[in-house]
Amino acid sequence: MEDPSFKEEFEQLLKDYVGRPSPLYHAKRLSERYGANIYLKREDLNHTGAHKINNTIGQILLAKRLGKKRIIAETGAGQHGVATATVCALMGLECVVYMGEIDIKRQAPNVPRMKMMGATVVPATSGSKTLKDATNEALRDWINNPVDTHYIIGSVVGPHPYPDMVARFQSIISAETRKQLLEKTGKETPDIVMACVGGGSNAAGMFYHFLDDEQVKIIAVEAAGLGVHSGKSAATTALGKEGVLHGSRQIVMQTDDGQVIEPYSISAGLDYPGIGPQHAWLFKSGRGEYVSATDDEAMQAGLRLTQLEGIIPAIESSHALAHLEKMEFMGGETVVICLSGRGDKDLDNYMKYFGL
Amino acid sequence: MRINKHSNGLLSIYFTAGYPTLDSTVRIAKALEDAGADFLEIGFPYSDPVADGPTIQHASEIALKNGMTLKVLFEQLKDLRKQVSIPVYLMGYVNPVLQYGVENFCKACKEVGVNGTIIPDLPMYEYEELYKNTFEEYGISNIFLVTPQTSEERIRKIDELSTNFIYLLSSNATTGKNLEVKDQAEAYFKRIKDMDLKNPFIIGFGISNHETFRKATTYANGAIVGSAFVKLLAEEDYLENIPAFIKNIKG
Repeated sequence: MEDPSFKEEFEQLLKDYVGRPSPLYHAKRLSERYGANIYLKREDLNHTGAHKINNTIGQILLAKRLGKKRIIAETGAGQHGVATATVCALMGLECVVYMGEIDIKRQAPNVPRMKMMGATVVPATSGSKTLKDATNEALRDWINNPVDTHYIIGSVVGPHPYPDMVARFQSIISAETRKQLLEKTGKETPDIVMACVGGGSNAAGMFYHFLDDEQVKIIAVEAAGLGVHSGKSAATTALGKEGVLHGSRQIVMQTDDGQVIEPYSISAGLDYPGIGPQHAWLFKSGRGEYVSATDDEAMQAGLRLTQLEGIIPAIESSHALAHLEKMEFMGGETVVICLSGRGDKDLDNYMKYFGL
Repeated sequence: MRINKHSNGLLSIYFTAGYPTLDSTVRIAKALEDAGADFLEIGFPYSDPVADGPTIQHASEIALKNGMTLKVLFEQLKDLRKQVSIPVYLMGYVNPVLQYGVENFCKACKEVGVNGTIIPDLPMYEYEELYKNTFEEYGISNIFLVTPQTSEERIRKIDELSTNFIYLLSSNATTGKNLEVKDQAEAYFKRIKDMDLKNPFIIGFGISNHETFRKATTYANGAIVGSAFVKLLAEEDYLENIPAFIKNIKG
């Protein structure tokens, strides 16, 4: 990853193909509502509509250097699947995406996008038929095809070096934010950075270059589903304990016997019973504040952003926005929220929810 | 009996504890010993068995629904050594072990007379750094896995850490795929045999009938049958069919 020719290729593609840097947008009407200076890091404006492509570009370049012929991936919301199918089309590599059967239904628009780019979408039919199960199937595929296949994991989960590698590819988000903030406010660091967390990749990227600035408050928002204690939730830090899932030690929602509990969230991208190891550490050490937003709170926040700023966010990102309602500002704090994805894939869900 | 470098043609059978019924575990173990199995792997079920194919995934799911946990299993195995004398290994994923507590787990294994453990997602490094002393304190052998992709350096390290046998995967596969003994596989088996390791090695994954068993035991000290046996357990009168199953494999 540190090889200059690799970096050059990676950065060129991020610029010309993904459209980076993504804007840091001062959301004026949102800021007025909450009495803070709120900036949105517009990962939704990337090619393919989310932050996921930052990582897939990096990993596809690695896969090519490793001489791999076939790419596999898991996907929840379908954004990582689309981002993987996209880079496979770009590089002319075979692509197989595992996606939970339930997610195939609730994130339907992303399925034909992957297929059109030549990917095979394989439904994961075990367990809760969502992201965790798609990850299981992808891992099984990789065990059967370790020589010619590279597994592009989409989040900061999985065995080493994935959490570290994915976080580094996503760290472009906070690297750009620092520069953009300096230009806009004369100061590189905000008071608060916020992002939603499922496995935790956009949050890892948003927090990365602020970790050592102790004065920057880090807030991660998990999906509480129908409520943290409703039995239908994906609020991992509130409900889980230390354990091993998908090859890393992290926080896992599990029974006393160590069986993984099926999570639930309206948002397919956050519907995961673990949280990557770096997040587990930020939580445990107290460096990060881990909170949650329910389905209802997220949906309302999504609608609010749409009507105040003319931006339809992905339901995942709406969880981060929802937390604003619960925060108290002294006035004038600078807040950066990672708007990890756009809501095109979620229109059906928004329409049903609001009866539009 | 102890598995050693001079053993040959050993047959081990894997089955999932709590499948097909919660209390079938010890009954099946006894029937396998009576039928001529040389040692056993009893699987403790896990919700997300990523190294397993559909047969063992299904057995694990049913076992969990039946109420199988490590606590229940150790309770059931209290009488194990009254009925079963061949070596018994527990096989499963690391998270249930961590939640049970590694020391409690090793202690319980010792108390019920389990010889060792096979935990595919417990990395060698973590074992050595964090748990080796505990395993050794209770005399529990942890069995490591070798695949066609394992480097010679790592195999040597595994050989150094092992105190019982080394589990050689027949190919790059999840459990339950039929082994196709191709030149490539034979070259891999031969490569391991020629390394002249201090520990015996046993081949598992994809061994389902006499032919694959015979092929594997040409190179290894023994072979393990899992999914093919777990399929038999779905039959109503499976206990009666165990002797014929073992006989067929051994030939």
